[in-house]
Amino acid sequence: MATILVVSEVQDGKMKSVSTEVFTAAVKMAGETGNSVTALFVGNGLDGLADSAGKFGVADVVLAEGTSLAKFSPDAYAAAIAEVAKQKDAAVILMSATYTGKDLLARTAQILDTGLAQDCISYRAEGGKLYFTRPVYAGKLLAEVRVDAAPVMATFRPKSFKPAESPVAVKAEKLSLDLPAPKAVLEEMQLSGGGKMDVTEADMIVSGGRGMKGPENWGILEELAEVLGAATGCSRPVSDDGWRPHEEHIGQTGRTVSPTLYVACGISGAIQHLAGMSSSKFIVAINKDEEAPIFKAADYGIVGDVFEVLPALTAEIRKLKQD
Amino acid sequence: MNIAVCIKQTPDTAIRVKVADDGKSIVQDGIQWVINPYDEFAVEEALQLTEKHGGEVTIVSLGPAGIEKTIREALAMGAHKAIRIDADHIPDDPSVTAKALVEVLKNGNYDLIFLGRQAVDDDHHQMASLVSQALGLPCVTVVVKLEIDGGKGTALREVEGGYEKVAFALPAVIGANRHLNTPRYRSLKGIMQAKKKTIEVLPATLAAPKLVVEKLTPPPAKKEGKIFKNGAADAAEVARLLRDEAKVI
Ligand SMILES: Cc1cc2nc3c(=O)[nH]c(=O)nc-3n(C[C@H](O)[C@H](O)[C@H](O)COP(=O)(O)OP(=O)(O)OC[C@H]3O[C@@H](n4cnc5c(N)ncnc54)[C@H](O)[C@@H]3O)c2cc1C
Ligand SMILES: Nc1ncnc2c1ncn2[C@@H]1O[C@H](COP(=O)(O)O)[C@@H](O)[C@H]1O
Repeated sequence: MATILVVSEVQDGKMKSVSTEVFTAAVKMAGETGNSVTALFVGNGLDGLADSAGKFGVADVVLAEGTSLAKFSPDAYAAAIAEVAKQKDAAVILMSATYTGKDLLARTAQILDTGLAQDCISYRAEGGKLYFTRPVYAGKLLAEVRVDAAPVMATFRPKSFKPAESPVAVKAEKLSLDLPAPKAVLEEMQLSGGGKMDVTEADMIVSGGRGMKGPENWGILEELAEVLGAATGCSRPVSDDGWRPHEEHIGQTGRTVSPTLYVACGISGAIQHLAGMSSSKFIVAINKDEEAPIFKAADYGIVGDVFEVLPALTAEIRKLKQD
Repeated sequence: MNIAVCIKQTPDTAIRVKVADDGKSIVQDGIQWVINPYDEFAVEEALQLTEKHGGEVTIVSLGPAGIEKTIREALAMGAHKAIRIDADHIPDDPSVTAKALVEVLKNGNYDLIFLGRQAVDDDHHQMASLVSQALGLPCVTVVVKLEIDGGKGTALREVEGGYEKVAFALPAVIGANRHLNTPRYRSLKGIMQAKKKTIEVLPATLAAPKLVVEKLTPPPAKKEGKIFKNGAADAAEVARLLRDEAKVI
């Protein structure tokens, strides 16, 4: 039986939660295509992580180790993924479409001389083939693509699949790989925002634009975020002007997010902003301009002054939550 | 320093795109073409490095004769010369483009090769990784800060939740992100000079694609939203809908 190899992303010795979404997608895909699933962890000292794959229904786990993998290196890690894919005869290789996932799988595709569908939001299996849907032109169009080579490779946009726990017992196998010396090597990881969750991983986002008037007004926005348990985001001019940190910038040139709920406060909804958030499941817009394009993207909209509407909405939601 | 910058011609991000009759490509008429925005950061960084260390910047772009207008834009920024890899279309599959780029780049003896983070049309986000692997060179993608010191480099790379500081030796491949620098404007003088700079045209052999586009469609139309016009007075109703209809709270 051929296998679907899922490459897990590890940061600071912990598996990133986005990987659980890909495990869930792979387990479903395996059922549809008659393949097995193998979770791959690359690096040294990862023994404790195997169980995190088992929790999401993946029993076969490979821990790939080697002296070249002591520090993170994109070329060495890609070589490791390619080597394991060959040893395990992978029919499909999947990873989440984070900056690291995109880089590693593109390199792996080059090594294995196959094709890669990047940043996919869904897939379907039909007639023994896999078709992937990926947003192009910053989400203005959707492309359905197919990889006409083996293995089939794809990365999935974070939040495209809801992780489903289905615990199984894990069989972990350790592979010691003899790889070329790494070329580019991670020297240091600099966490921003005090290690706060990244907007791409957030299930809810409260986001502010120029209509918020200034950084001193972010308190009312953070209050709603707190009540919802949401992360905060912003439009590009807001981060360009230094009102908010760059990692909160959402849109074509910033982060692409697909949360369950996106609340846009004083954001006009320019096409480049929509590019980064229009795949959110529910969009709420607060804007004083009835004609603002954000209302075309919104599921629920309130025309009004954000400085009145936002605190009122926070109070109402708090009330409902206390019921 | 001998630097190559790969640029792609892409539609202006502000325009609407329409699917052509073949269902797999876009209607080209009336499109305003620009240098892929991420590639402008790549060109700027290359120019700043040659201004500091001396050397030349060569623009490399694959596509039909029509892309020469965009290549001249990069020359107008100050790049010294250009190569157009001649192909009747820009391939859908980045691995096809990567192979053709590598055929040219491997002969250039470049200290640094810059590309953009991703092209804003197909959004593949693959090329820097593909090209570097094929050339066997170190590569850092999504770079927001670059320091070159002799034969060594350090790049700050954006990741979710922070930045990675990555060390490598030259020659190397860099994928440029926003915030790397502020691209310069084309001066009138630059535009005049660009007209006289040479664009060498080299032939390409395009391999069979491995990533195949089956169809392009507009995203499903969103059902019309519920828009309320009474300001704060509507907050209670929207909160209720979020709980009872959207079921998100
Ligand atoms: C190549 C390129 C890439 C870009 N990439 C991005 C990107 O990644 N992300 C991004 O966001 N932008 C991007 N932009 C910029 C984009 O075009 C817009 O300029 C930007 O999104 C506008 O930000 P905004 O909505 O905060 O501000 P504005 O457009 O100024 O809108 C402010 C809104 O607030 C409303 N408002 C004002 N006061 C109040 C009030 N008291 N109460 C309620 N509402 C109020 C106004 O009605 C208005 O709709 C890009 C542009 C280009 C050319
Ligand atoms: N046809 C092309 N010619 C030259 N460079 C290209 C071409 N297509 C893509 N690139 C480069 O590859 C980068 C990433 O593109 P992509 O991987 O397609 O998103 C772009 O920013 C360019 O630097």
